[in-house]
Amino acid sequence: MGDKILTTEHLYAYYDQHCVLKDINMAIPKFKATAIMGPSGCGKTTLLRCFNRLHELSPGGRIEGKIRLRNTDLLSLNPIQVRRRIGMVFQRPNPFPTMSIYENVIAGYRLNGIKLSQNKADEIVEQALKKTALWDEVKDVLYRRGTFLSGGQQQRLCIARALAMNPEVLLLDEPTSALDPKATAHIEELIVGLKKSVTIVIVTHSIGQAGRVADYTAFLYLGELIEFGPTERLFTAPKDKRTEEYLSGKFG
Amino acid sequence: MTFNRDKLFEKSLTLSAWLVVILVAAMCLSLVLYALPVFRTTGFGFLFHRLWDPLQGKFGAMPFLVGTLLTSFLALLFSLPFSLAIAIFLGEYFNSGKIALFFQNTTSLLAGIPSVIYGFWGLFVLVPLVRKLEIKLGVLPYGVGIFTASLILSIMIIPYAASVGREVISLVPSELKEAAYALGATRWEVIRHVIFPYARSGIFAGILLSLGRAIGETMAVTMVIGNNNQFPTSLFAPANTMASVIANEFTEATSDVYLSALIAIALLLFLVTTVINIIGRYIIEKLSV
Ligand SMILES: Nc1ncnc2c1ncn2[C@@H]1O[C@H](COP(=O)(O)OP(=O)(O)OP(=O)(O)O)[C@@H](O)[C@H]1O
Ligand SMILES: [Mg+2]
Repeated sequence: MGDKILTTEHLYAYYDQHCVLKDINMAIPKFKATAIMGPSGCGKTTLLRCFNRLHELSPGGRIEGKIRLRNTDLLSLNPIQVRRRIGMVFQRPNPFPTMSIYENVIAGYRLNGIKLSQNKADEIVEQALKKTALWDEVKDVLYRRGTFLSGGQQQRLCIARALAMNPEVLLLDEPTSALDPKATAHIEELIVGLKKSVTIVIVTHSIGQAGRVADYTAFLYLGELIEFGPTERLFTAPKDKRTEEYLSGKFG
Repeated sequence: MTFNRDKLFEKSLTLSAWLVVILVAAMCLSLVLYALPVFRTTGFGFLFHRLWDPLQGKFGAMPFLVGTLLTSFLALLFSLPFSLAIAIFLGEYFNSGKIALFFQNTTSLLAGIPSVIYGFWGLFVLVPLVRKLEIKLGVLPYGVGIFTASLILSIMIIPYAASVGREVISLVPSELKEAAYALGATRWEVIRHVIFPYARSGIFAGILLSLGRAIGETMAVTMVIGNNNQFPTSLFAPANTMASVIANEFTEATSDVYLSALIAIALLLFLVTTVINIIGRYIIEKLSV
């Protein structure tokens, strides 16, 4: 599987006493796209939120076990540093409504109080928007509110906002579930292109989407990691009966 | 049958809405009518003259206009750090649970206390304290005055800005806050760059409500401001606001012009409140997301 960037060892996640992730052991390969699948409520979002330490901000959120980012213990790092290195895109597009498109892209720097020269900021904005194929569409309206864009454009803006920080890993939580097929196809294309420079972890409910974008797929069920392997192998020859049932549409 | 009832209901709603408009217009009109005599004798100088001496027939509203603006903006200045802190504390840090409810109720209780009680408390607690301060500062130790009135007002207006602020801050979508956290923002950075900009028009509306309350407050101010008709030359000087001079003098207004002058002050107070509200609304519009 090549280099691993994120590794979990005996990872448990709780909301108060309620255990939602049980003994997760997985290693996410660098510069690949990994899909996380499973029925609703199985803990996919929670797993993503463990990776960028957002889980501990939820009321009652608690993590046990180990997560490694490259060779460092992610849970002993400063969560602020972790979140700058691991970007996240949410299920519903959430550009900051008080900021322009430009400000949205550069928001990571502004929020963290990182001073940039005007040239440097312009460059970061342009690059991030080009990476998300949004540049041509918005280059003349950079100072308009981000919320004026269509849903698909807003989601690409959110991806650009995350990419502007140059993260090592990009977490995407069902990034296309609120979008139409055309916008979805657009974002899938993007993800495939991004793999060269950033490791992708994507939660999806669509087997088709996982097949199109993901090199590896993990199947979660009731908080447990049932199966993890190359997408093609998992889809064509699942080892576990529950994976097979999920893929054939028996649940979720 | 149901159709008719619907119609009747709609009609009565329209009627009550119009009734309010008519009442405001009528009030305005009668204020103008009764204020006319003093304008006839003093002209528009009424608004600008610094001398108010009813015995000599001198009526200038300037000392009271300044008194009102000074006390209310000073009160706003004193109260703002507290009301904003309470709004953030209750809107973002403790927006549910028993502690939150306790603080919320205590804050709104502050708004429910009758103003005469504030005035009384001010007279017996604040005035001696301010007098001590004045002795320390080496100014005439009246105890009563603009500074004391502003202090009492600042306490009275905290709950308005605080509760509106709390409300709008707690309505900031959690997706936006999480987006900011996911970019590595600290809590303070989230408050400053996401919550404040999103909630600013509502926060400002709350501040405006507080200001309106301060401008119109009568009883508590009348009790601690010292009721002096001189143009205020110091923050510690006894003075009068538009509301307090009306409350204080309308029983002794023996001549028609005197009474008319007091009514003209009421009209002025009405106008000041309206203008501040219109400006405020314009700003809220500009600030809204
Ligand atoms: N804030 C929370 N407080 C308490 N329990 C929660 C919270 N969020 C999620 N849970 C619980 O944790 C479990 C996992 O939730 P999670 O959101 O990770 O599921 P998911 O796989 O992302 O589901 P979906 O496909 O519907 O998005 C669920 O049982 C859910 O009820
Ligand atoms: Mg989810």
